[in-house]
Amino acid sequence: MLQLQDIAITFNEGTPDEKKALQSIKLELKKGDFVTIIGSNGAGKSTLMNVISGNLTPDVGEISINNKQVTHLPEYKRSAFIGRVFQDPMAGTAPSMTIEENLAMAYARNKKRKLRRGVTAKRKVLFREYLETLNLGLEDRLTAKVGLLSGGERQALSLLMATFTDPDILLLDEHTAALDPSRAELITQLTYDIVEKFDLTTLMVTHNMQQALDLGNRLFMMDKGQVIFDVEGQEKQALTIEKLLHEFQRIRGEQFESDKAVLG
Amino acid sequence: MLISLFGAFESGIIYAIMALGVYLTFRVLDFPDLTVDGSFVTGAAVASIAIISGIPPIIATLMAAVAGFFAGCVTGLLHTKGKINSLLSGILMMIALYSINLRIMGQPTLPLLNETTIFKQLESIWASTGINSFFNSILGSLGMDNTPATWSILIVMIIVTIAIKLLTDYYLKTEVGLALRATGDNQKMIRSFSANTDTLIIVGVGFSNALVAFSGALIAQHGGFADVGMGIGLIIIGLASVIIGEALFGTKTIARTTLAVIGGAIVYRIVVTLALQAEFLETGDMKLITALLVIAALVAPKAIRTRREKKRRLQKRTELSRYKVEEAS
Repeated sequence: MLQLQDIAITFNEGTPDEKKALQSIKLELKKGDFVTIIGSNGAGKSTLMNVISGNLTPDVGEISINNKQVTHLPEYKRSAFIGRVFQDPMAGTAPSMTIEENLAMAYARNKKRKLRRGVTAKRKVLFREYLETLNLGLEDRLTAKVGLLSGGERQALSLLMATFTDPDILLLDEHTAALDPSRAELITQLTYDIVEKFDLTTLMVTHNMQQALDLGNRLFMMDKGQVIFDVEGQEKQALTIEKLLHEFQRIRGEQFESDKAVLG
Repeated sequence: MLISLFGAFESGIIYAIMALGVYLTFRVLDFPDLTVDGSFVTGAAVASIAIISGIPPIIATLMAAVAGFFAGCVTGLLHTKGKINSLLSGILMMIALYSINLRIMGQPTLPLLNETTIFKQLESIWASTGINSFFNSILGSLGMDNTPATWSILIVMIIVTIAIKLLTDYYLKTEVGLALRATGDNQKMIRSFSANTDTLIIVGVGFSNALVAFSGALIAQHGGFADVGMGIGLIIIGLASVIIGEALFGTKTIARTTLAVIGGAIVYRIVVTLALQAEFLETGDMKLITALLVIAALVAPKAIRTRREKKRRLQKRTELSRYKVEEAS
């Protein structure tokens, strides 16, 4: 489904600020894989997401989705296959437009946009059905401006918008980090349900180790631009936070910067 | 007095098309586009030179819109592909267009008084309908003997402007239109839903300037001349129309906002006309009046809201203290 071959990217090469953000990343995701990614700040998690989404072009290496080369496909073209939810709840929706208009835009993600009405009566029925699955009562507020919604509601809407057109890849970049614990819990549950329902191939970055252990069938630990630990299936189910920290120490020979990661 | 107000309304409705263009960039795309000062004249210049060289006025006017479209596209290209700040791209294009407009016209002013303009054609068709005498007899029965020469321009321009407004409303609700609005609202978001924001900006600024140039072509034919300086400060007039209209008529929906912008353009013309009736003001003071109007329209709604808030708080406070006094006694 998703293949990355020897991806490397260096920022500010040849200056004192040089940073090897990704070093020969090689990975392959199968259809339906749900990968959680952990690692301290600067480990390259977000850079990895940006390289996959097309926001950044790697210096070397190839990316393919569904056996199709996408390495040099610009971001807007690549997003026909990729759904994304950002950390900032404000980032995934257009605030001055209504809920139905936002959904209509998301609905056109994998189609060609035409000069026909974006919100039709038929689509409204569909949007209402999808919104009902969120259990937030948004289905009765189709014509409300999204800017009036709370952060949690907006993030739930972003998640729905990113997923209801069945993308090949779903990228979640710490999408619960900016929410209060109960809202974060709600979004986490929704993520689980939606990924399950559509059988989405998902990459989720999180700072929350427990969340990384609870969700998904596969886990990457990243450090200094490399994936240093990759477990899946049974082995992942058996993992605990202690084991993860221990693993990090064993591989790196140093303490995990636990002050920079949320352990809970 | 009545005649000058009638004239203000008439030119206001033509300028409203320009104001709709400014609304598209300034509000929808969140792109403060100063190309307008140049592309308005480009429209006037292209239409005038085409009419003088014998092209039918209606085709000449459409050619003007196309020229404006390309001018806007260049501004969009400078911003998106050249990565130049939006304000600066517009200013650069405005300056460049000044020279281009001079080239198109060949001289700083082109008189159209002896040419067949779109409005002259309209009037000659109109004269046979008898609508003029109908409206004028109504005015006459109201005791006004100073009646306008023709109603044709006013009525036809209302129809044209409303048609453009309805088309704009529809366009902004299409799939492409939604993406265009989102480009002005949250670019990162709409790019993640596979919209090419660069193309949307280029075409959007293009359309905006097509409307501006169309309006310029009509103003030149209405006034009977094209002048290389006729666009100076026009962006402020466009902004004035948008801001005054929004403040007076509201922005609840898109259809309401575009109607408000048209209303704003007409109100602006009327206010300026009335202001110029004052003895101590001269025609040259118009730009100053415009600037003051925009400032008033920007400051007043906020000041009113702050005062209302203050009043509300004060009321709550007095209520609370009265309640406490009652409780104590």
